[in-house]
Amino acid sequence: MRRIGIDVGGTNTDAVLIEEGKVVRAVKAPTSEDVTTGILDSLKSLGSTGVLSGKRIDGVMIGTTHFINAVVQRRHLSKVAALRLGMPASASLPPFCDWPEDLAELVRGGVWMVEGGHEYDGRPFMPLDEAAVIRAAGEMKAKGLKSVAISSIFSPLDPSHERRAAELVAAVLPDAVITCSSDLGRIGLLERENAGLLNAALADLSRDTIAAFEKAIADSGINAPLFITQNDGTVAEAHQARRLPVYSFASGATNSMRGAAYLSGLSDAMVVDVGGTTTDVGQLKHGFPREANSVVKVGGVRTLFRMPDLLSIGLGGGSHVSLDPIKVGPVSVGYRLLRDGIAFGGKQLTTTDIAVASGVLTLGDKGKVAHLDTAACQKVFAEAARLAEEAIDRMKTEAGDVPLIAVGGGAFLIPDKLPGVSQVIHVEHGDCANAVGAAIAQVSGECDQIFKDMARTDAIASAQGIANDRAVAAGADRKTLSTIESEDMPLAYLPGNSVRVRVRVVGDVAAS
Amino acid sequence: MPLRDITLDDIESLAVGAWVLGTGGGGSPYLGLLNMRALYKEGLRVQLMSSDELADDDWIAAVSNMGAPLVGQERLTDSRTIARAVALMEEHTGAKFRGIMSLEIGGGNSIQPLMAAAHLKRPVIDSDMMGRAYPEAQMTSVAVGDLKPCPLTSVDVRGLESVVDSVPTWKWMERVSRKICVEYGSIASTCKAPRTGAEVKKWGIHGTTTKAIAIGHAVREAQRRHEDPIAAILGVEPGKVLYRGKVADVERRATEGFLRGRTRLDGMDDHKGATLEINFQNEWIVAWLDGKPIAMSPDLICVLDSVSGEAVGTETIRYGQRVTVIALPPPKVFLSEKGLAHVGPRAFGYDIDFKSVFA
Repeated sequence: MRRIGIDVGGTNTDAVLIEEGKVVRAVKAPTSEDVTTGILDSLKSLGSTGVLSGKRIDGVMIGTTHFINAVVQRRHLSKVAALRLGMPASASLPPFCDWPEDLAELVRGGVWMVEGGHEYDGRPFMPLDEAAVIRAAGEMKAKGLKSVAISSIFSPLDPSHERRAAELVAAVLPDAVITCSSDLGRIGLLERENAGLLNAALADLSRDTIAAFEKAIADSGINAPLFITQNDGTVAEAHQARRLPVYSFASGATNSMRGAAYLSGLSDAMVVDVGGTTTDVGQLKHGFPREANSVVKVGGVRTLFRMPDLLSIGLGGGSHVSLDPIKVGPVSVGYRLLRDGIAFGGKQLTTTDIAVASGVLTLGDKGKVAHLDTAACQKVFAEAARLAEEAIDRMKTEAGDVPLIAVGGGAFLIPDKLPGVSQVIHVEHGDCANAVGAAIAQVSGECDQIFKDMARTDAIASAQGIANDRAVAAGADRKTLSTIESEDMPLAYLPGNSVRVRVRVVGDVAAS
Repeated sequence: MPLRDITLDDIESLAVGAWVLGTGGGGSPYLGLLNMRALYKEGLRVQLMSSDELADDDWIAAVSNMGAPLVGQERLTDSRTIARAVALMEEHTGAKFRGIMSLEIGGGNSIQPLMAAAHLKRPVIDSDMMGRAYPEAQMTSVAVGDLKPCPLTSVDVRGLESVVDSVPTWKWMERVSRKICVEYGSIASTCKAPRTGAEVKKWGIHGTTTKAIAIGHAVREAQRRHEDPIAAILGVEPGKVLYRGKVADVERRATEGFLRGRTRLDGMDDHKGATLEINFQNEWIVAWLDGKPIAMSPDLICVLDSVSGEAVGTETIRYGQRVTVIALPPPKVFLSEKGLAHVGPRAFGYDIDFKSVFA
């Protein structure tokens, strides 16, 4: 198995080649405005030593922050037709109702609400009003809308109304890109619908970006399928990822956690990823990041994406340091470290200067930081350790000591001993953990629904079957599937032993 | 001061404060808040009226949303449905309501009367019947007062409308109205038995909307100024800090239609080395410090995020959260022998005598 993993970050595009489970080479190139050039440069750099010549590459896995940045920066977004099935319920809170006004202005192409949807137990809430859907599609066509987001009440339990509506819309608008909310997730109509609307808004950008990725790979002479990494640490084939760009929103952080798991050989551990400005703390369970089970806001919009549960604090290699009283972060010099740090001739004392002064790092000019005494340096490291310790403790889900993997360019701030931590592990290639994580990604399937009048074990088994089928549909090899998450929550107030079960399975990418 | 305008900012505060008074349950006020934002944007406004202003023979509607919080996340609260439940009660009884009040100030039901009031152009009465959130229909001040439990109207957004005209007891009302709610799809907008002005003045728990707004306002102001939001709550309410700690364990199970369980906290700061365990039945019911009960219903046990000051619910509390547990004084009506029979520790199956944090 030979794979290339690429992480397109805000500053650098990292690439790694992994062969039979070993990192053969890791390179960094500056991220370019057009994305393609940065990827091409990193691939050229990766191939420059001849490691790629004449070898078959099984896959190129790319992780990118491109889509989330588009939402946050309000750029490259398409106008969306919102079609909600569920009248007469929820009418007072139409699609886009809790969006930031500037983003709604950009994205809202029109709102249609028609009868349809289901009950919590799978009974139809109202029959689908097909005539109204066809009328709506005609109006979308008249407005020139080409991106459609369809949502329906309780569609995670029964997606049939959304699917039928999508067929009807496609018949009127054959060129439209249609997103069904049931493809995106969980119970919570507004949040699921928001995810669908964002996804539809990214339709054009997604098509163009993935085409650019494919071109960069083709131009580099590599002949291998393209995969895009997802928020949950798995990958989707490019054609599927193009359809669901919101699934790759948070893949950068996830990839570094997955990379940390891979490089350390641990599957259950805490991970601390120390960058230039922030430190992300998360928890690995069975080799995957634990997911947030609550509302995640993206560009001001409430969503329920499958996102890693991360705690970010303002601590990194570029954090401002003041000595009396002692203070580290949250402000950082960021990408200006090599200009503004004292060891590099600048004026701002940073954590990197402290590391240079105390001999932890060999960078810049040690003479420029010679005035920093050992006691002062120790105080700064102790403060950084205290900040990290608190964040790590907050993210633990159980008492007792757990191992901690430290990755990222600022990992030197994490000491070898921390309270609540059994062992601190620093790994080789830790600064490219995100690209490593991309290279090793698998395919997943998930089921999150309510089961009624079933024994708990039967409900879990049913959920597992559904999740398995979904993973295979997404490109996994059925023989390699394993369950990595199984959670059940009895539902207060609902009759008949209702239980909500969430199961997630993963497997290797099936050979094509 | 007969009527006071409720501003949108007051409603934003109400959503935060009512969640604190929800004592772990009551459902999130978020969707109610969104409805009110939309109604205020349309130009509708709501006014608040003290129960002192009521004539003895006025009629008052008491409203609440009934059902499963999870269904409410899909079939989103629509302000018109609760207004319809009130209108249906007027049609059924022939009485015209002077004002609308909440059954339950804790959680999402705090906003239901505002939605009805905006559509029906009546004031909201600044009183409720729990002073907090409770899981069962007989856990109200009017049930303690043995006031008539019927009729009740129950409305579904599809035009399904029911009236429970006659039942002998509150328990029967709970059983029958729950069945209707389940058939609707486990969510219903309800108008409870109408109350006279005299009944509200005697049995209502007064000033609770104002109280929830004040608590929420204190929390939001403290957040804005980066001050301690919990100190801010204690600045407006005569509460007591019971404990500061970190969630070490949560155990949940659903039995008889309720979310029951317990959470264990490890102490921090002044409480280092001490363990607090809190039992819940939808809401926080009894807190045990190192095995000894230190706070219990009807005292309000509020678990708050130590940093944001916002309430932490029994459905969402999880390991690692830093929380501060405070107690707020209970409504007096629950301190009588009859009151304690309805909502004291024994009503929840704990064989201990009620002892107030504030005694």
